[in-house]
Amino acid sequence: MQWPVIRRKFMAMAPFTLSEEVIVKGPEFAEDAMNVPIWIDARALQRSMGPIDRIVVVADRNPIQHVLDFEPLGSWPVLAFRIRMEQGSPVRALVKMKDGRWFVGQTWVNAAGGGCTVPGASRADGSWSRTLNQVQARVFRNVLEGGTRLRLRVMHPMDTGLVNGIPAFHIEQLELRDAHDTAVWRLHLHEPVSENPLITLELGDQPQGPWHLTGRDNNGNRIDERLKA
Amino acid sequence: MSCRKVWALGWALVCAISAAGVQAADLPAGDYQLQPRAIAAQTWVIEGAVEDFSRANGCNIINTGFIASDEGVLVINTGPSWLYGQQQRAAIARTVPQKPSRVVALNLHPDYFFGNQAWADLPLLALSGTLAGMQAEGKAYEDNLYRLCGDWMKGSESTPARQSLTPGRQDWGGHRLEWVRLDGHTGDDLLLMDHSTGVLFAGGLVFADRVPTAPHARLLPWIKSLRTVQGWIDQGLVRTVVPSHGPVHAGRKGVDQTLDWLQWLHERLQSSAAQGLDLSEVLRLSIPERFARWAAMPAEYTRSVTYLYPQYENAQLVWPAAPVATGR
Repeated sequence: MQWPVIRRKFMAMAPFTLSEEVIVKGPEFAEDAMNVPIWIDARALQRSMGPIDRIVVVADRNPIQHVLDFEPLGSWPVLAFRIRMEQGSPVRALVKMKDGRWFVGQTWVNAAGGGCTVPGASRADGSWSRTLNQVQARVFRNVLEGGTRLRLRVMHPMDTGLVNGIPAFHIEQLELRDAHDTAVWRLHLHEPVSENPLITLELGDQPQGPWHLTGRDNNGNRIDERLKA
Repeated sequence: MSCRKVWALGWALVCAISAAGVQAADLPAGDYQLQPRAIAAQTWVIEGAVEDFSRANGCNIINTGFIASDEGVLVINTGPSWLYGQQQRAAIARTVPQKPSRVVALNLHPDYFFGNQAWADLPLLALSGTLAGMQAEGKAYEDNLYRLCGDWMKGSESTPARQSLTPGRQDWGGHRLEWVRLDGHTGDDLLLMDHSTGVLFAGGLVFADRVPTAPHARLLPWIKSLRTVQGWIDQGLVRTVVPSHGPVHAGRKGVDQTLDWLQWLHERLQSSAAQGLDLSEVLRLSIPERFARWAAMPAEYTRSVTYLYPQYENAQLVWPAAPVATGR
């Protein structure tokens, strides 16, 4: 059982409540174990329980359990991304409120597996080095009613370190700041996030572009892009 | 394992089919109960089950076929396992007196060629691109089929075709055959048209009463290929269509169904990407009523979207970072 370990590692054994208001969606079966789409929406929890400090995403049965931490800051607590899965596993969102309470939402994704221990396409063909840390992005209005959606891709091999001869090499941090230099959201990514992460965020009620995206990977390479509104 | 192989894992996952009511019940262990059915002069099919890949049906969900003539027996597709190949060989021997002389796989997917192991003394043919694909993905197919099908796979080893088949016309003991290479379902889709009987072995391009499988697919070339096939039917060159999955049928039914699905899927993926939907959201959109009762729904929708949507998303993202706002 991995859950006790998860509770100890990520929640310091704090009491928690399982909540329907933390929506975690994944496919029933991971068709592509290297790109398993995960959707998290804790807006209902924020409405009923107050502001969210951070959302910790874990996959219990992955060799590396920690997927990412998301600080929504001024954004909506909505996040979509893709992960690698080594085998079927629960995927959980551990939500820490600003007042210290924990709420947990979860789903189960079945998988034939192997997603963490094979090299990604850009590592296999060597093309990663030509595009490292380049950013693609686009803003969409009203995908969720009243929302401003940012879809963001950062080119990175996101090597897990579990493939022979290829050390862990992944983006560690991304942060978006608005026109007033206020942080809009912050992400701490770990090895299970898929190659060339494509992340969908909702920037909140009154987003003020242009934005400034900064970040770094675990080798100290920087990410620094201006995104226009 | 390479990245291509992971792809292959995805593919072999499903292939449910809706064929003409064959093998609805569980099979006794180790016996596929293959029953050749004559569909035209000297032409037979052995129809696969009306289900998903499963241990109950032995993972036999493909239509194989053969044409017997004075030149021998031409075998089309060899099924999902060594055991299938052996029982296919025995079933053909029970049905016709001629000796098998060549074996052709219509594309690289595993249930088209895993029975090759039982035919290894004969020429094993496929398009050259298909040969390469079988070699690249065969090992991953093996892993996946063993996982899905269990004992039915006992002793099976990927046995890719060995000789490259050149498309064109050919006389086969009085059958005026034409081999045609199209693409879209995979990179190399082989079709066999028999001008003597009006039978078309359509391979993976045509599905009937079933959601097409698309992990190696490119939708627009596939749509173009199906228009070609539609033309053959309209011109009267083809009367009977043998899809690889789904019932043998007359006329345009399977082609029209497959086209309808592919065009709908292409539009769904394109408009979803333009609206900014995430893959997770596209997977949860509703599916029109006219497709809802097809076999392999919704599993095959999930697979297709998972593999194909990223191409459509990429087309929407902007290089370099200069987001464009769109909205409704």
